[in-house]
Amino acid sequence: MEKIATREAYGKALAELGKEDPAIVVLDADLSKSTKTNLFAKEFPERFFDMGIAESNMAAAAAGLAIGGQTVFMSSFAVFATGRCFEIIRNSICYPKLNVKIAATHAGITVGEDGGSHQSVEDIAIMRALPNMRVFVPADGVEADRMTRYLAKSEGPAYLRLGRSGQPVLFNDDYQFEPGKAAVLRDGDDVAIIACGLMVAKALEAADLLKEEGVSAAVINASTLKPFDEETVAAYAEKCGAIVTAEEHSVIGGLGSAVAETVAKRCPCRVGMIGVDDLFGQSGRPDELLTAYGLTKEAIAEKAKELAKTK
Amino acid sequence: MATKNELTEKAKNIRRDIIEMLGQAKSGHPGGSLDLAEILSVLYFDVMNYDFGDPQKEDRDYLILSKGHGAPALYAALYEGGLIEEEELATLRRLGSRLQGHPDRKKLPGVEASTGSLGQGFAIAGGIAMAMKVQGKPNRVYAILGDGELDEGIVWEAAMSAAHNHLDHLCAIVDHNGLQIDGANDDVMSLGDIGAKFASFGFEVFHVDGHDIDALKDVFAKAKEVREKPAAIIAETVKGKGVSFMENDPGWHGKPMSDQDFAAAKAELEG
Ligand SMILES: Cc1ncc(C[n+]2csc(CCOP(=O)(O)OP(=O)(O)O)c2C)c(N)n1
Ligand SMILES: [Mg+2]
Repeated sequence: MEKIATREAYGKALAELGKEDPAIVVLDADLSKSTKTNLFAKEFPERFFDMGIAESNMAAAAAGLAIGGQTVFMSSFAVFATGRCFEIIRNSICYPKLNVKIAATHAGITVGEDGGSHQSVEDIAIMRALPNMRVFVPADGVEADRMTRYLAKSEGPAYLRLGRSGQPVLFNDDYQFEPGKAAVLRDGDDVAIIACGLMVAKALEAADLLKEEGVSAAVINASTLKPFDEETVAAYAEKCGAIVTAEEHSVIGGLGSAVAETVAKRCPCRVGMIGVDDLFGQSGRPDELLTAYGLTKEAIAEKAKELAKTK
Repeated sequence: MATKNELTEKAKNIRRDIIEMLGQAKSGHPGGSLDLAEILSVLYFDVMNYDFGDPQKEDRDYLILSKGHGAPALYAALYEGGLIEEEELATLRRLGSRLQGHPDRKKLPGVEASTGSLGQGFAIAGGIAMAMKVQGKPNRVYAILGDGELDEGIVWEAAMSAAHNHLDHLCAIVDHNGLQIDGANDDVMSLGDIGAKFASFGFEVFHVDGHDIDALKDVFAKAKEVREKPAAIIAETVKGKGVSFMENDPGWHGKPMSDQDFAAAKAELEG
């Protein structure tokens, strides 16, 4: 199966967008080879600023560039881009609702060997809590490409969460990304698996496992975390009566929380959450870490079965 | 007190250990680890009041590796001091290891601060120096920073605070290798005169060849004499020092070694 990292797709799309839109400027903080903004930098050196290892300044300067009329993309690792810069993003980007896109790579535990200091498991939670912020988590390289293109044209703050490791390509070239819409990739009646990011591929595999055991599982790609598609989630809560969420993020404040908040308001049903259980990451190979933290197709299927049986 | 020969030998061993660990891990940061060998050898085995048999000892001096990606150099020094077993070196960056990709104080005694997010370690070092001051203790605190790390605003917030609070037990060591990830410091973000910057913030500033054992011993002795203000030592270093094909090449900041690279690096360091 073809694999591509979402950061790779982002970098390529950005370099192409630079041609179409002269208003785009890109900022990085001494990680341009890793975030892939170096592809844009090569084509448009006059519109690329390496801000050095100074993420806070980068975020506030991004706000200034936006006030000055530019469309700004800023990139670093997710842990620094959101964590180090949080209050600046809040007060200088979201509060004034400026046109800054935070495209953060190396999100989640699949950062791997660098370890817990570099593995962001809380970025969705903190970005989602900010008024005026929109949050996007692509399921594969194709969706990352479409989201990047969408964000270049859509005014206002946004957070794009990207990964380090190569992931299976799920979508065809004619894939259309619909912002704000949770896409039903596979329909089912017994349980709905709602996933984002690299867990979408695992959710599809889990649905296959479940099918063998006679459990009909819907699989939904909730790639827009905010604004959240409450309609689709409520409809599947009603239809299936049980939901399992799957995300490469803490179970606190991320997709699982967004789903739980929605069903609590709209159509209460049991929600099982597959994610990082209120723990920091650690060094290890990405695949080993996913297993160690229980982010596997088997864990999704197990939880789905349990919920489908007891609903 | 160790002799020059002993310290040179320790530095050599630290380099060899670094390459051994990184070669096995197949990831990690060779460039910014290798260039720390002499600095760590002189600090741990000559300058610091440090008992490897009792890393929590109350009267110890503290070493904070603010540039946490140099972790293999720190682990190598702790291994040379007997705090880490030989078998454990092969576990660097592996699942469950105490030798995390970046130093983790929860896991490994001898790691005083969890670092990896650049800039914070220096500010933490300032906090430790403040604690020693409040308690009237003589313990000294050494913080090793990268030159690219100086881009971070928090470094200068910490510098201002260290001078304001007269932290004469605090000694910053800047590993001045001229490189960060995206290239030369001055191509990424011009640093200007680092020594003058620290001096203007209220530090006593020293310059030293970061690979010269005698000069390092001498400069640490001088820094210890400074009163009422913190010291900053700007150490001129060569990133990747000791492995010719890695020296001064930003590409070796965080590149995994191939089997051939690994063998070639080992051969150079044995010689
Ligand atoms: C806050 C933060 N931003 C970015 C990084 C990613 N990073 C790791 S090392 C490095 C370059 C460091 O350069 P320098 O301080 O000069 O270290 P050295 O040359 O000694 O390796 C960067 C940007 C990080 N670890 N922390
Ligand atoms: Mg450097």
